Amino acid sequence: MEERIGVFVCHCGSNIAGVVDVKRVAEELGKYPGVAHSTDYTYMCSDPGQNLVKDAIKEHNLTGVIVAACSPTLHEATFRRAGRVAGVNPYQVEIANIREHCSWVHQGEKEAATEKAIKIIKTMVEKARLDEALDPISVPMTHKALVVGAGIAGIQAALDIANAGHEVVLVEKSPSVGGHMAQLSETFPTLDCSQCIMTPKMVEVSQHPRINLMTYSEIDDVAGFVGNFKVKIRKKAAYVDRDACTGCGVCVEKCPVKTESEFDEGLAMRKAIYTPFPQAVPNKPVLDPEHCTYFLKDGKCGICQKVCPVGCVDYEQKDEIIEEEVGAIVVATGYDLYPIENMGEYGGGKYADVITGLQFERMLSASGPTEGEVRRPSDGKEPKEIVFLTCCGSRDPEAHMPYCSKVCCMYLTKHAMLYKHKVHDGQAYVFYMDVRTAGKGYEEFYTRAAEEDDVLYIRGKVSKIYEEDGKVMVWGVDTLTGKKVEIAADMAVLGLATVPNVAAKKLANKLKIHTDEWGFLAEAHPKLRPVESLAPGFYLAGAAQGPKDIPEAVAQASGAASKVAHLFAEEEYHREPIIAWIDEDTCAGCRVCISVCPYDAAEFDEENGIAKIQEAICEGCGACIAACPSASAQQRNLTDEQVYKMVSAALEG
Amino acid sequence: MRLRITSEHIKGDIIKRVEDLSGQSLLECYQCGKCSAGCPVVNEMDVIPSEVIRLLQLGQADEALDSKTIWICASCLQCASKCPKGVEFSSICDALRQIVLRKRLSTPRMDADEVSAIMVSDAPQMGVVGALRKLNG
Repeated sequence: MEERIGVFVCHCGSNIAGVVDVKRVAEELGKYPGVAHSTDYTYMCSDPGQNLVKDAIKEHNLTGVIVAACSPTLHEATFRRAGRVAGVNPYQVEIANIREHCSWVHQGEKEAATEKAIKIIKTMVEKARLDEALDPISVPMTHKALVVGAGIAGIQAALDIANAGHEVVLVEKSPSVGGHMAQLSETFPTLDCSQCIMTPKMVEVSQHPRINLMTYSEIDDVAGFVGNFKVKIRKKAAYVDRDACTGCGVCVEKCPVKTESEFDEGLAMRKAIYTPFPQAVPNKPVLDPEHCTYFLKDGKCGICQKVCPVGCVDYEQKDEIIEEEVGAIVVATGYDLYPIENMGEYGGGKYADVITGLQFERMLSASGPTEGEVRRPSDGKEPKEIVFLTCCGSRDPEAHMPYCSKVCCMYLTKHAMLYKHKVHDGQAYVFYMDVRTAGKGYEEFYTRAAEEDDVLYIRGKVSKIYEEDGKVMVWGVDTLTGKKVEIAADMAVLGLATVPNVAAKKLANKLKIHTDEWGFLAEAHPKLRPVESLAPGFYLAGAAQGPKDIPEAVAQASGAASKVAHLFAEEEYHREPIIAWIDEDTCAGCRVCISVCPYDAAEFDEENGIAKIQEAICEGCGACIAACPSASAQQRNLTDEQVYKMVSAALEG
Repeated sequence: MRLRITSEHIKGDIIKRVEDLSGQSLLECYQCGKCSAGCPVVNEMDVIPSEVIRLLQLGQADEALDSKTIWICASCLQCASKCPKGVEFSSICDALRQIVLRKRLSTPRMDADEVSAIMVSDAPQMGVVGALRKLNG
């Protein structure tokens, strides 16, 4: 059939028409071979503009459409829809970008800009003449989600997806759900008890009929693609049959080994067989073979096995690999604190009375090692003067992390306030560079700390901390007066930078999803797609994507869950058909395409000795097409023939 | 020299006295500097108004009392009208002047707390201040 292409030149007000002679462009294109209709209009994207396109398609019986306007990232979808409504295949509707690529960059050269616009449109006409009618690719989909990490973000995402009617596998590497939020004492700016608001969600997630909770488990491998992931989950040997265990706790009580509790940040001891904290979900112990006498001394001890009334301690238990098929993956792997040992000038890791924010949380917590009383770790005395330091490792591009960790200003303010509530005659000092209180009720909270709890905020970074006469001496400056200051404090609490945890970095590599240079998960678009990864089928929630407080982590988790529900709303997964294909007649089976494909979409067909492209995975990046020595790899609607013709049109005259 | 900050300093007697006499809460000031920026005589001062408040927040009363600033202040109330936190620097300045005039006595001959409510509501503010100065200076 003879191509009948319509050309529609948009003025974009004066954005294009102020530079390009749009009338002349439309006129010139009207004479070009294959063009059956050519016209111009003020705003082609407006309703009348779109109707003009639709009416022309019908009136002139068009087979293809070129809209010469702004970037295709803006209105390609608009005009493809218009084309489909009027009877032209959406993939035979093309955008010629004469705004960003022409009028905006050639404002002083009207004549040349007009010539260039004509050529840009002619190249697109050449492309459109050979465009095939395509349909979106449909791929079967597993309507089940994997959520990695069961802190507050992972829990929220799992609950929201499950409550939307879909099955969820929730995987957590530690023995209990809860993450860092379960460690916190009270939460800013309302001072409600963290565990009180957290535990109902922990219980709900463990009892939800559509959530399969797997604690003490890690992701071993992920294969496949959106809608069709195959996941291997390693259920780590707990040396306890946690299904049979009743959680009676006798084994924990009788275990003779003590080691530092991770949950209490090293401020208290736990047993070698342990549940991390009283409200743990599931409330069933795991055995830590790195500290257990039975494992360290060749079978000596064995007390836990002897005392267990249901006989569920099993020293022979092995890791188990469980395979799951899922359609979407939410990554909510959370954060860690920057190592305190890295803060050498503050005696981090060296002085007992210089501690981390999370350690202070445990100290303030009623269920913590001091049952909520503030005590110096060195001698157990009540500190009368405490110094809190913000930006420890944050906003320090020279030695540490360049970014703001976002939550430290607020949690140190909370710490200072809670300290004052517990030690009425105490004095809290906060060294700060800026107090960042960008959240609902946060500024008021900070004001309360300063005005009602007499917290003295000192603007300046501490230069060093040293021990002298049983005190921690803090050297700083008050930049508001220009005075060097020192405080003989009983304790110092460091607001350490928030960093992605090490395990999360490794996991991101395994999942092949992007991270930034610090290891935080990268979002698809910083403003408009903040809960999706660039890799299709992966969604982000919580502090794994960047430092976040609880409300933000919860909001992002719900956002990620709604994106998963959106994906699962269709029976099948539909994707763009602009992808690569292999000419079976010319492919020599050299496998170059397979070696260059960044998505593992190209595979080898052993039977026919040629390469094949998996339509569901190919992203249409073109790497195989550039690499193929026999030009057998081709892009749909961007074949070599089309490219040659486009180049010829551009070079003509 | 490094300035030692302690809770005794920042909760010291003279600091409390400044708060009592001025009726201002020093920690309400968040050091934005708008008082200093708007003060018509700031160029003549050796310590700018917001820094005087900062010295008091840090418990450094002597430096505030020794400043020329408190005698330059004309009590025009420009600072008080501009302050986003409702802190009246002019009143703090009044208090500092009184303390100096009283030779920094910690026990005044006429205590501000003894001024009757009627006197406060009926007499002009500067009149009350004048009475206190006269009896204590």
